[in-house]
Amino acid sequence: MINPDAKLNAKVFADDIEKTPVRNGFGTGIVEAGKADPRVVVLCADLAESTRAESFKKIFPERFIEMGVAEQNMATVAAGMAAAGKIPFITSYAVFSPGRNYEQIRTTIALNKMSVKICGMHAGVSVGADGATHQMLEDIGMMRTLPGMAVIVPCDAEEARKAVIVAAKTDGPVYIRFGRSATPVFTTSETPFQIGKSLTLWDSNPSAGGPKVAILSTGSLSYAALAAANELSKNGVESIVLHISTIKPLDEEAVLNAAKRAGRIVTVEEHQVAGGFGSAIAEFLSETYPVPIKRIGVLDQFGQSGSPEELLAHYGLDALHIADTIRAFVLI
Amino acid sequence: MPPADAKIKELKEKARLIRETVIRMLTTAGSGHTAGSLGMADIFAAFYFHILKHDPKNPEWEERDRLILSNGHICPALYAAMAHSGYFPVEECLTLCKFGSRLQGHPERLRLPGIETTSGPLGEGLSQAAGMALALRMGICRTLGVEHACQTPSVRHEKRIYCVMSDGEQDEGNTWEAVMFAGKNKLSNLTAIIDRNGIQIDGMTEEVMPLEPLADKYRAFNWNVLEVDGNDISAFVVAVDEAKASEKPTLIIAHTIPGKGVQEIENDYHWHGKVPTKEECERFIKYLNI
Repeated sequence: MINPDAKLNAKVFADDIEKTPVRNGFGTGIVEAGKADPRVVVLCADLAESTRAESFKKIFPERFIEMGVAEQNMATVAAGMAAAGKIPFITSYAVFSPGRNYEQIRTTIALNKMSVKICGMHAGVSVGADGATHQMLEDIGMMRTLPGMAVIVPCDAEEARKAVIVAAKTDGPVYIRFGRSATPVFTTSETPFQIGKSLTLWDSNPSAGGPKVAILSTGSLSYAALAAANELSKNGVESIVLHISTIKPLDEEAVLNAAKRAGRIVTVEEHQVAGGFGSAIAEFLSETYPVPIKRIGVLDQFGQSGSPEELLAHYGLDALHIADTIRAFVLI
Repeated sequence: MPPADAKIKELKEKARLIRETVIRMLTTAGSGHTAGSLGMADIFAAFYFHILKHDPKNPEWEERDRLILSNGHICPALYAAMAHSGYFPVEECLTLCKFGSRLQGHPERLRLPGIETTSGPLGEGLSQAAGMALALRMGICRTLGVEHACQTPSVRHEKRIYCVMSDGEQDEGNTWEAVMFAGKNKLSNLTAIIDRNGIQIDGMTEEVMPLEPLADKYRAFNWNVLEVDGNDISAFVVAVDEAKASEKPTLIIAHTIPGKGVQEIENDYHWHGKVPTKEECERFIKYLNI
């Protein structure tokens, strides 16, 4: 059953739930962050409309810095601006930032502990038509291995808005990952958000006995994970769903608790299963409380063109496929 | 105006001290870059003992000028200049590259106060210098009832940003992205210096990856370009002053002699990443001809 403390949208399972790209939350959040703190500046690599940086540009043109198509310069200029007291948000597609400018981020932002916020848009196969070149699937791994880098993957536009606002108030480097396609806005302004804290979306029905599996998910696939839990419940498979927006620092207490209660973990992410969110969970639990783990994600492949729905189904990442995978896993 | 003769004499002596310290540091460390560090000793002496507005006892001083060393591998010259100007004890220079030392093989901002940024990976310093120049130029404006920074400079900013680069790192694409960016934004408070010593690890720059016509390239990117003998302290100081009058960012192409001061290694690219033996150390210092 849905966790009432999560204060989810009342229409959470309704067909007409509002759908909005997660990146729209950057557009609203960055304006609020800009109003709250004059040090916030936005650097843009020729993608103002599609990253939603243009909403900041309209209100704070003097604090909007157009870099042209130059992501390496964007990261390093941002490091310099942070050294001189600004709070720069750098925006592009995740394949280019942090994809292309990884070493610049490592040396000038992470090693210097600069308060630069790296906003990677168009992550995952759900980018759709653009194909493999533009579908970033390795960024979580790249960023979470950098010392001191916080990694946040919001589940919808509303949580993305909060993440941007909180990131501006957080010292040090932060990576925030955003998706392109319209996804259900299933959290609300009342839903709690804190860096380093997970959110229980679903818990097993106490009258039906304990959970057979804990589903740990990140990003917009947390909605698919929740839908899968709802379906499984109808078939008598009770579960917990934990949405983990902050992959680093990880909410270890909640993960450990979920593993102890369910004894079996499934992770869900729109990223390579190697090095990403599932790997982070497996690394932690293998050393603290080893339980069987099934990682759902992209299996050592690149993406391709198609509609977001087609692609998520093809890679086994929609609610239907997630539920099937979990069913097979709990029967083992 | 060139500095007075007495000042030049003092700066030359500082440069000799920097060279001596550099040679001892590199010999003790057993690893590092000799040619570039010696070649740039005059320029670091000019910066730390004459040009920079700085306070070695208060490295975070808000009003300071900032010197960004982009080619971090010549950090022995930077460390020596900092030590001799009072940032830390000169004896500490001999800890270069040792475990636990604040003097890392490539400079790290968080380990040693006074280091403006971590560097070593090439082509990244100019961008950071440009970011600092832009940020420091931003004034405070008021829109929608809130104060915020704006890019319109109300007065020419007094704090200046200096970025020292190598010629080899002009091969990096990131450098040219920064050149374009600084030109676009007319970062007049930024002065970059290229150590034009003509060598890089694999040989002469014009053979590894030709850079000429380097001055024309920067001019085409909307920079003010000056060329000087980088081992002539007086000429260098005059060029730095001249840069302040420009409405564009300025590049000073400083022609230096790699290994300058130690005649037997001058202009030999093999000394780019090689250090003196103990015997060479004593001989080099004894015959330092500056």
